[in-house]
Amino acid sequence: MSLRDWFENRRNKQLNADLVESKISGDDLLKLWEKCYNCNTSIPQKELEQNMHVCPKCDYHFRIGARERLEQLLDEDSFEEINSNMLPSDPLDFVDTMRYKTRQVDARKKTNLNEAVVTGIGKISDWEVAVAVMDFAYMGGSMGSVVGEKITRLIEEGIKRKIPIIAVTSSGGARMQESCLSLMQMAKTSCAVARANEQKILYITVLTEPTFGGVTASFGTLGDIIIAEQGARIGFAGRRVIEQTIRQKLPSDFQTAEYLLKYGHVDMVFHRSGLKSTLEKLIRIHAPAKQKVNT
Amino acid sequence: MNKQFTPLEFEKSIYQIEDKIEELKKLSSETGINLDDQVKLLTNQAFEFKKQLYSSLTPSQKLQIARHAKRPTFLDYVSLITTDWLELHGDRAGTDDRAIIGGVAQIDGKSVMLIGTQKGRTTKENIEYNFGMPQPEGYRKALRLFYHADRFNLPIITLIDTPGAYPGIKAEQTGQGTAIAVNLREMAKLETPIVSVILGEGCSGGALGLAVSNRVYMFEHSLYTVISPEGCASILWRSADMASTAAENLKITSDDLLQMEIIDGIIKEPLGGAHYDWDFAAAELKNTVLESIDEMSGMSGTELKSDRHEKFRRMGVFIE
Repeated sequence: MSLRDWFENRRNKQLNADLVESKISGDDLLKLWEKCYNCNTSIPQKELEQNMHVCPKCDYHFRIGARERLEQLLDEDSFEEINSNMLPSDPLDFVDTMRYKTRQVDARKKTNLNEAVVTGIGKISDWEVAVAVMDFAYMGGSMGSVVGEKITRLIEEGIKRKIPIIAVTSSGGARMQESCLSLMQMAKTSCAVARANEQKILYITVLTEPTFGGVTASFGTLGDIIIAEQGARIGFAGRRVIEQTIRQKLPSDFQTAEYLLKYGHVDMVFHRSGLKSTLEKLIRIHAPAKQKVNT
Repeated sequence: MNKQFTPLEFEKSIYQIEDKIEELKKLSSETGINLDDQVKLLTNQAFEFKKQLYSSLTPSQKLQIARHAKRPTFLDYVSLITTDWLELHGDRAGTDDRAIIGGVAQIDGKSVMLIGTQKGRTTKENIEYNFGMPQPEGYRKALRLFYHADRFNLPIITLIDTPGAYPGIKAEQTGQGTAIAVNLREMAKLETPIVSVILGEGCSGGALGLAVSNRVYMFEHSLYTVISPEGCASILWRSADMASTAAENLKITSDDLLQMEIIDGIIKEPLGGAHYDWDFAAAELKNTVLESIDEMSGMSGTELKSDRHEKFRRMGVFIE
């Protein structure tokens, strides 16, 4: 045991002792503490929240939900959700190890969301923006008809209002349970981006942990500016698929935000705490004169 | 039926019946007994049986036809339907990906740009064409050719047969996702007619990267899907053995896609599949693409663009 481990153990014992004294049940404890996936440190939930869900010790960025992301990015109480009531259907009557319908109900219960993306109009430091945020907790953030339609409508809304459009992605890719209909959402959303380009509307994408498959291969990487969040894994094919195909181990930094920056696929990589101010700068620099909302 | 192929599992009974008919014919000629009526009856029954069999194939049986080694490839169709074909190589950035091939040609005197994914038959060809799995550079070559066609008002025909975009280290380094995404977006902006045909396999973004088109057709026994049935099975069922169940559930056949209004029509194949009669399949393909280009000949660039936009805008099923 190294000296460092010894200190670590002693610290952990002390922490545990503190907890015993506070007489909190095991279940509550789990809710109050979160273990960092990267460095294994136990972090009090409150501290983690204050730190934007970034590990204070190793800077590991925890996945966050759509609501939380919106809170972090937008001015307080500035968000107005659109198309919030759109729900997935089950056009193919798809059953794998579970019915697609059941998966939808479960995902809804788990996340309190109607689908894997939340869209609406909000403000970033008083700049009005059309914003979409994906939520990985809802069926792996997969894109089916609803996600495709909501993204498309949001882009159309941004074009109509002549305001910047921001998409924050977090997705395993196209939703297999809607098969080719999901595939077509890639085309639909990309067509919408084409219109935004033609109208010279600024479109920024923020790629967060994880962004793969059909989202990477459509609206995700079509931003006029592409920002990746520190440490996020981003790619087209999944790591396992590539390993199986080429039968060799992949480097540990493969498909990380930093790796993508190195190979020229994203404009910049940011720490979560710098994201809002970066977006504000980008919007300001690209803004036509007098676009800022009067407050 | 042409006996140049090893029968697929579900074709074995047909081959057996046809062997019996041959035996009867031989017997008749050897012995001089007139068996013409019997032979005729059996031949007719065999034909009806085949028609029935091939019109009620399961998705995984269709999959076997779509992947048949003797199924005509992109370049086979090019040589069967065009004149004056000239291949245009390279992405102008250091690579000529052979999994996507493009060039200019004429079909019945009409100038067109043809782009397609190419599969091989021999080991050497498979290595050259990477089993029809394009790298980002292939999509970028296609994009360069799209722009070229747009500049010179050449209708674009894309013929697709791919198990998907290649999953590899270099493909990720050079931006597989971005290359496909950019094609989707840029195809939406082109002011020339685009017609796509799924020849065999149309798997995932790798196929869609060439198919944001005004008209999309599928050959009768081809498939078009968000993910290969094997890939889907290994993710959702955690077992590649469930591929045929996945194929059923994914609704990947031409009939399914027509019903979902994702494609505009189905191109008929000869009985048993395109590999039994290349000329038949090629003639059907040629008629379909020429007709659909002809239909669009009166449309302006802007009209073509909004036609394409509206086609994909409608897609999706949800509750509101």
